Amino acid sequence: MDALDVSRWQFGITTVYHFILVPLTIGLAPLIAIMQTMWVITKKDHWYRLTKFFGKFFLINFALGVATGIVQEFQFGMNWSEYSRFVGDVFGAPLALEGLVAFFLESTFLGLWIFGWGRLPKLVHLATIWLVAIGVNASAFFIIAANSFMQHPVGARYNAERGRAELTSIWELLTNNTALAAFPHVVAGALLTAGTFVAGIGGWSMVRSMRRAKEATDPAVSGEHENTARTMFRPVTILALWVMVASGVGLAITGDIQAKLMFEQQPMKMASAESLCHTETGADFSILTVGTQNNCENITQLISIPGLTSFLANGDPNSTLQGVTELQAQYEEQFGPGNYKPNLFVTYWTFRAMIGWAAGSAILAVVGLWMTRGGRVPDKKWFGWLSLLAIPTPFLGNSAGWVFTEMGRQPWVVHPNPTGVDQIRLTVDQGVSDHPTGLVVFSLIVFTLLYAALGVVWFMLIRRYAIAGPSDHDKHPPGDEEEPEEPGEPKQLSFAY
Amino acid sequence: MGLQEFWFILIAVLFVGYFVLEGFDFGVGMLFPVLGRTDTRRRVMLNTIGPVWDGNEVWLITAGGALFAAFPDWYATLFSGFYLPLLLILVALILRICAIEWRGKIDDPTWRARCDIGIMIGSWVPAVLWGVAFANIVRGVAIDENKKVVSGFFDLLNPYALLGGATTAIVFALHGAVFLALKTSGEVREDAVKLAARLSIPTVVVAGAFVLWTQLSFGKGWTWILVAVAAAALVGVVALTAAAREGWAFVLTTVAVVATVALLFGSLYPNLMPSTIDEAYNLTIYNASSSPYTLKVMTWAAVFMTPVVIGYQAWTYWVFRQRISTKQIPPSIGLPLKTR
Repeated sequence: MDALDVSRWQFGITTVYHFILVPLTIGLAPLIAIMQTMWVITKKDHWYRLTKFFGKFFLINFALGVATGIVQEFQFGMNWSEYSRFVGDVFGAPLALEGLVAFFLESTFLGLWIFGWGRLPKLVHLATIWLVAIGVNASAFFIIAANSFMQHPVGARYNAERGRAELTSIWELLTNNTALAAFPHVVAGALLTAGTFVAGIGGWSMVRSMRRAKEATDPAVSGEHENTARTMFRPVTILALWVMVASGVGLAITGDIQAKLMFEQQPMKMASAESLCHTETGADFSILTVGTQNNCENITQLISIPGLTSFLANGDPNSTLQGVTELQAQYEEQFGPGNYKPNLFVTYWTFRAMIGWAAGSAILAVVGLWMTRGGRVPDKKWFGWLSLLAIPTPFLGNSAGWVFTEMGRQPWVVHPNPTGVDQIRLTVDQGVSDHPTGLVVFSLIVFTLLYAALGVVWFMLIRRYAIAGPSDHDKHPPGDEEEPEEPGEPKQLSFAY
Repeated sequence: MGLQEFWFILIAVLFVGYFVLEGFDFGVGMLFPVLGRTDTRRRVMLNTIGPVWDGNEVWLITAGGALFAAFPDWYATLFSGFYLPLLLILVALILRICAIEWRGKIDDPTWRARCDIGIMIGSWVPAVLWGVAFANIVRGVAIDENKKVVSGFFDLLNPYALLGGATTAIVFALHGAVFLALKTSGEVREDAVKLAARLSIPTVVVAGAFVLWTQLSFGKGWTWILVAVAAAALVGVVALTAAAREGWAFVLTTVAVVATVALLFGSLYPNLMPSTIDEAYNLTIYNASSSPYTLKVMTWAAVFMTPVVIGYQAWTYWVFRQRISTKQIPPSIGLPLKTR
């Protein structure tokens, strides 16, 4: 392993880790905003309680997401300084905009939201969480616009004297068709993640409350548990289940649009995702293969659907698609000798994992909507477990999708745009900083150990709060029971760290 | 004024914003062991920065993004060249963010003690290292003809840079103490006032020496004004903290931070990072900047957005303007460490 490999591992580990947390933030913010809006409209305490309950998970998760996000911004310069020199003129702009437009908004208004309970007027306070939701989604847009330049460079020219790409149109950069397809795909993935999270915890809590109601001997206690399940957990679970359905449909549509673009923009990525070794007409969609995956010649197709890949690529099951071998030959002619094939095993399986993990959410959505139909409140233990088991699946799907799209771009860090400026292209070995291997190994170890330790704490906190359920402290909104204010005695803070 | 000059000033402004705002956040965390003798007192301290620390930190993220967008070569050379100090700063900031946000989530003394270690490390380490880093930027490092830093980590630990680290640490501690005096009442305020008064004289000595060294070695004629402003502000802090006038004292610690950062950037100009190997290898605002188009686009964004950001951040400070005392800290709503 040299500094390049170690730098790639570090970027991969820190980025995948960061993006375990981020989709939950992006998706949960609007869901919490909806819960709080429901409270403001209906004035029902249980919506307030749910807002506070899911707000806790949001904050636990947000902290680690922000903390690991700073690493993301810094390591372009720390580990990929030659890349930064090459694209900084273009790539820096969306990053700076992300800070200026999105991060300030989400962080400042999150502070107002956390500490503003009972201090800000209700509607102003409601506006703060909506601004947080807008902020986190805006940040996703800017970073995806930046990433899309690496996938499909547009809006830039090549300055031969400085040896770098230079921005010619911010509008073209921000309306890159790759970004316009990827952004809704990522947001849909985030909503599926958060929807599954809320439905998972909501569904499990609903079952638990129903079972507690059954076990309770005191009818008053029993009634309270059943009431909690019926009036609090059931509506929020159904809300989340419908968010899952909508975002699942959105994921499929945007994924299809994105795949069609990728067949044009990065045919090599898609050919390796399909283990398409040679150019084929009416290419099949492979479901299962065995063999030495990193050499496409040795792969044995076990199950495949005739013509589906060609159909997915451009709507015509009989169209011709380029294979890995032909593309390799073409790139060698175009860009000089080199290996232009991404890791076939990784691209093939992460593509399938991305789609496959969606089954977890799909099963919960279908079963959940069935179990809660027509006023029913499930009390089956297996449904509680199903709810919990579905929670990690969209997280895994998100990670698989990003590993696919980033590793499928290899060896490029900036993939040449087939219809764009030819010189705007960079391979990872050209982009990496010239560090001694030992230094990068050291930072890789530091990050891995730190992230692992914090990941354990993150999981422990989320688990503890899920088991504890909505806090009794939040049963009623602040200011409900007016305490007589003693002169000279300042009121206690409604929320304090 | 050209766009490159404008962006040099804007990045200076972003770092001024960062050090003024996060400076007192760091100070509050640094003073945990001194002023936070009980848990309630620590919670008072933490809640003075509670609603704002996260927004304050974005000044750094935005400064980093602006550096990347406006001066990509500066970003690339600086961040790859200062690899280890930045790694340490990142680790510290990560610990700090998680510790602040997670501290109250579990109601347990051991848990809180661990989080407090995270807050203290997370406040002390960046407070020292930012000074070391900026002093080295002004002093220059060994940059070769490919705009790469060839000197090692220990070259960064020269006397001037170490004095820079001591300066940021003590200035932030003082800034934090004055901020606490301003934002608390009762016992925490009393102790913060006393501590600020005690810290103010050594701060004049340490920061004064650093500012003077900067001026004599790297300064320009006009930057003497900044030296005078910084020195006068710090001396004023001595008098005001002694008189327990924390409002004005806070204005002056802020002025001192602004003047010091302005002095560093003023001394640097028009360089971004001088090379100790050959002047020809200096990174300057001209040879390290982005293209005029990028600078123009980003100028529009900055001109529109910065006032908006300052506006809503100022509003946040207004909303949470009242002082906090130990009497206002509610019982912890964290969960017990173990289930049942």
